[in-house]
Parts: sequence; structure tokens; C-alpha cells
Amino acid sequence: MKGRPENLSPEVEARPVVLEIDGLTHYFDSLRAVHDFSVTIKEGELVGLIGPNGAGKTTVFNLITGVYRPTAGSIRYNGVQLVGLPSHEIIQMGIARTFQNIRLFSNLTVLDNVLIAYHPHSGYGLTDSIFRSRRFREREKAMIERSQEFLEIFGLADRQNDIASSLPYGLQRRLEIARALATQPRLLLLDEPAAGMNPQEIDQLMELIQFIRERFQLTIFLVEHRMRLVMNICEWITVMDFGEIIARGKPEEVRGNPQVIEAYLGRQAIR
Amino acid sequence: MRQLLRNTNFTFIVGAVLVFIVVQALISLGVLNAYWQGIIFWGAAITMVSLGLNLIYGFNGQFSLGQFGFYAIGAYASADITFRWVRSDPSALVVVIFGSILALVFMLGISAFLRRFYGVATLTKFLFNFLAAVLGFFLAVQFVNPAIGQAVYRALNGLPTGISQQIVFFLALVGGATLAGIVSYLFGIPVLELGSDYFGIATLGFTIIIKVLLDNTDTILPFPEMKGARGMVGIPKWTTWPWVFLCFMAVVLVMRNLLHSSTGRAILSVREDERAAELMGIDTASQKILAFVVGSVFAGLAGAIRAHDLAFLHPTMFGFLPSFNPLIIIVFGGLGSMTGTVITGFFWIFLLEGLLRLYLPEGFENWRFVVYPLVLLIMMLLRPQGLMGRYEIAFLRRPLPPLRVKGTPPAQEATPKAGEVAA
Repeated sequence: MKGRPENLSPEVEARPVVLEIDGLTHYFDSLRAVHDFSVTIKEGELVGLIGPNGAGKTTVFNLITGVYRPTAGSIRYNGVQLVGLPSHEIIQMGIARTFQNIRLFSNLTVLDNVLIAYHPHSGYGLTDSIFRSRRFREREKAMIERSQEFLEIFGLADRQNDIASSLPYGLQRRLEIARALATQPRLLLLDEPAAGMNPQEIDQLMELIQFIRERFQLTIFLVEHRMRLVMNICEWITVMDFGEIIARGKPEEVRGNPQVIEAYLGRQAIR
Repeated sequence: MRQLLRNTNFTFIVGAVLVFIVVQALISLGVLNAYWQGIIFWGAAITMVSLGLNLIYGFNGQFSLGQFGFYAIGAYASADITFRWVRSDPSALVVVIFGSILALVFMLGISAFLRRFYGVATLTKFLFNFLAAVLGFFLAVQFVNPAIGQAVYRALNGLPTGISQQIVFFLALVGGATLAGIVSYLFGIPVLELGSDYFGIATLGFTIIIKVLLDNTDTILPFPEMKGARGMVGIPKWTTWPWVFLCFMAVVLVMRNLLHSSTGRAILSVREDERAAELMGIDTASQKILAFVVGSVFAGLAGAIRAHDLAFLHPTMFGFLPSFNPLIIIVFGGLGSMTGTVITGFFWIFLLEGLLRLYLPEGFENWRFVVYPLVLLIMMLLRPQGLMGRYEIAFLRRPLPPLRVKGTPPAQEATPKAGEVAA
């Protein structure tokens, strides 16, 4: 099948396709950022996307979530074409993402950050909120309770009324993942979740990712820089360089691939 | 009783009713003369305009200089309604009210229709909505007014004078506010797409267009009674304290309830980080339009109040320089603080038009405009976040939900929190 390594177990191959990217190409003016990028992800998989700086990894995420419109190619989510849809509609279809550099609503409280992600599911309208109808009170209460449950899962329950920017860095990362999950996704795109973390924190992050994956039955597509994380948790990996796919396979295969070593890992990067 | 006193809603309502009674008593007893009464009404109007702008700029982060344009639309539209009414001509009333209803229905229909297509270009959306609005008002002028104008007039005139006058005034307030809302919606569709600074310039252009149109109401536009640059006289002086109070409280309550809802949080998220908000599934374009339209409706309502208090309208009242007043007020009071806007809005008028004008020695009125820029300068140096920062009185503060106590300890709590290790 296109966009997948060949040697995956037949059990995985039998699952339905969640995300199917085919021939994705994107130019910034004349700069070719992504060229003929193809990936097919099946339900419940945890797939990594790696590559050196400027390889076009984040651009791929931006293309999936509708931030940019691709020059060519198709992106299908559960069979629905995403190209040309506005971002918020793509997110509401069940895709969520986090950002490489944390983008919380930094002047709002931790709880508000999660509540905002619930907004499309709030279930009440403008007139309800202006006249404080019963539906407003009920739905608002339910929303707050569900958000608090989320915060509890992420160990942020006691910080709910703190301003988001006052949280320490690691907790801000957690809050960002919590906020992304509050949009109720089936597919989660994590953009360098381990950026700026020390090895110990990365270990905790790996636990967290495994935990949410099982708890929310997520399919996860992950861009990462840190080998420690990618090699340990991803089921298979796609490697990009200069906007093109140079290798694909299970972590141990990619690790041994001479092309990858030359392009990205470098001689000193793996020990 | 103690419980009741701790309830901020209760305290606020009691306080508001007390303010209403005290001011009404002072007016009835003749302690407040017409001048000071006018100062209070003016203060309320300017505060409503500024609250609207605070919603647009302070809460939604869209830098707008167009607020006085909508203030002008509300003022002139409502003034025209009552002006013609007292001269036995119901056409303005019928056209504005029914035209607005038709336009709103058509625009809603068009929007619902366009929503079925993905990726409709902004200009297309604008064009269709614009045509819908024009069609609505055209139908009102051509068909509705000739058909039912006289009937409406007879029906309302059949009522006792006092009652019919209050009804017409109410409809004039509603009409002015709605018209400002419709115009802001049409203007907002294409222009809110622009980034914040560009939006500011475009709205400045809007204010200037409105000013120029008002200068030429009797030549280019077919409204001879507005008398263009000579100023519109003969507007009935119908604004009374209960109306001012009612409109003011309505604006405060609507804004508070809107901000403390899920929609309000979405509006705030656009200010915080538009891209992130969009990627949390929030339709940022419609949040921006919503805040813009609501803010403009407030301005239109304030304009209607002001027009029927002053009984005179002149294009220079809505010109380039005064259009900065709401901006100065909200920055002074604190962007994103309703309390700050209310306090500064009233004080602005009290000081500049009340105290400083009356109690400075004769000939020194113009020194006001030396004093206040100086105050502004010092203020920005010493307290750039504004008088109140983001402080709100308890009634207007965003509620902080209590911490959850029940619940099972989740798996993650066993490990030390990631961030604390880093710290």
C-alpha cells in the first residue's frame, strides 16, 4: 500500500485507514517545502515523522490542518477530502494538534484554555448565554465538569484557576496536549512535543503519550527531533529531507538506513 | 440576609436600583439642572460606545477606529425616525424597522445558503449579503411603506400621546441600533479578514466616509431634513433618565453575559492567539464579526440616546478627532476591563465637559485640551495597562469555578510533575 512500509503485521494492515496523504506538494513562492509526500495511517497507529531542521515536517502538519493550502496533492481523513476546508472545520471533524512552540492562550486561566477547546461542543447559543437560560446553566456546568476531568487526568486539577503563562514549561506542554484532546479528536498531531525537555521529562512524556493513546483510543502522528522519543514509542517512521521522503520503516530499520544516517542522524548522533 | 449580601448579583442589582432612584430623585427635585442631566446622559452614551469598542479591541483584539461611524449611523437614523414622526410622516420608522427585518431575514437566508459551500470567497460573501440588505431596504421603501405606512401611523396615533411617543422612541432606539449592526456586519465581512493594523486603517476610512456622507446628506443622499453640514435641528428631545438607565444596563448586562459564556471565551481566544484558536476548532472569522457587530450595535444605541438628548446633530460631532475619544477612554480605563471603561467613560465627560468647562476661569475652556493630553501622557508612562488594568468589580468578573474535590487519582499523579523537575 502506498505511503506505508511493507513489513507491517497483517493485523495492523487490516484496520481501516484514518489519514491518507497522497502526492502532497507545497511551494512557498518558488521554495519547494514539501514534494510528493505520501503517508497512510491506519486506526490506532502511532507514526513518527522525522527529519533535520527545515525538512518540511511542520509544513506537513500545517497542510493537514488547513493552515496552508497545498499546491498539489490530496489529504483524506476517513475518506473525506480536507484540502480547501478551513482549519476550524478540519479540527471539528476530529483532528487535533499541538504546536512546536507552545501556543496557549497565555493570559487566560488553565481551565479557560480547555473550555475554549470545548466551544464547538458547547451546545448552547448566543441567546442562551445572553438570557442565561436553563440550557446555558446546565451545559456550562457540564462543560466545566468535563474540562476539570481532563485537567485531573493531566495532573493540572489544582492549577485550574492559575493563569496559563504562570505554569512551568513542562506543565504548559501538558496543558497544550490536554487542550488539544478537549477538542475530542480521533487523530492527534503532535508537533515536537519533546522540544526543550530533558531526558527525564521525555520519559514522562512518553508515558503520557502512551497513556492518552489508550485512554482516548487515538491515532497519533508525531513530528519529532529527539531520537529517544521517536525510537521508543513509534511503530513506524517516515524520514524527510528537503521536503522529500527518503526512508520509511520500523525504528530499528530506519536507524540502520545509511541514507538516513547521512541526511539526518549524522555520524555522532547515534551511539 | 448575610448570604444575600454576599451574592454579588444581588448587591449589584440593589446598587443599580439605588443609583437609578437617587438620580431620578435629583432630577425630579430640580437639583440636577438640564446641563448636568445632559452631562450624565452624555456620559452614559459615550460609555456605551466605549464598552462596544472595548468588546472589539480590548476583548477581541481587533483595533478599530470605526466606532464613531456606527455612533453616527445610530444617531442620524433614529433622529430621522422621530423627526419625521413628529411631522406626521411615518416613512422613516416603517422603512428602518421593516427594512431591517427584511434585510436580516434575507442575509440570514443567504448566509445559510452560502454555508453549504466550502471555501466561499470573502468578497462573494460580502456581495451576496450586501445585495440581500439592499433588496430588503428597497422592498421596504417601494412596497412596505406605501402599503402600511399610513396604517401604522393611524394605529400608533390612536394611542394616548405619551404612550405612542414612548413606543416610537423605543422603535427609534431599536432601529438606530439595528441599522448600525447591519452596516457593521456588511463592513465587517470583508474588512475583518485583514490583520489587526490594516483593519484599524480600514475602519478609520469608514469613519471618514460616514463623516463625508453626513456632510452631504441633503445633496448626495436624499435626506433634506438632515441638512448636511448645517446640522440637523428639530429632533424631539425625548431622552429621559429611565431610558438612559435601561439602555445602559442592557448594554452592560448583554456584554457581561456574552463575555462569561462559551462564546465569550471564544472571543477572548481570538485576542490571545488567533491561529491557535482556529486550530482549536473555533470559527475565528465569525467570532470577530460577532464582537464587531455587537460592539457596533452598542454604539448605534448610544447614538440614538445622544441624538434625542441633544436634539441637534452635526457632522463634526462624528468627525476624525472625536472618533478617538472611545479609544482613549478604553486605553485609559484598561483594555479588557468593563469596570475601567465605565469609570473613565463617565469621568471623561464629567471632567472635560462638566467641571473643567464650568469652573475654569473664563476663556480657559480650551486649556482642557492641554490638560488632558498631559494627563494621558503621564498616565501612559506610569500605568500603561490603564487605570484598572484588567480588574473587574465582582459582578462583572469572570467566575472562577471551584476546584474539584472528588474523583480518582489518575495514573499520572504517581510520577512527579514534569514541569516541577524542570523548575
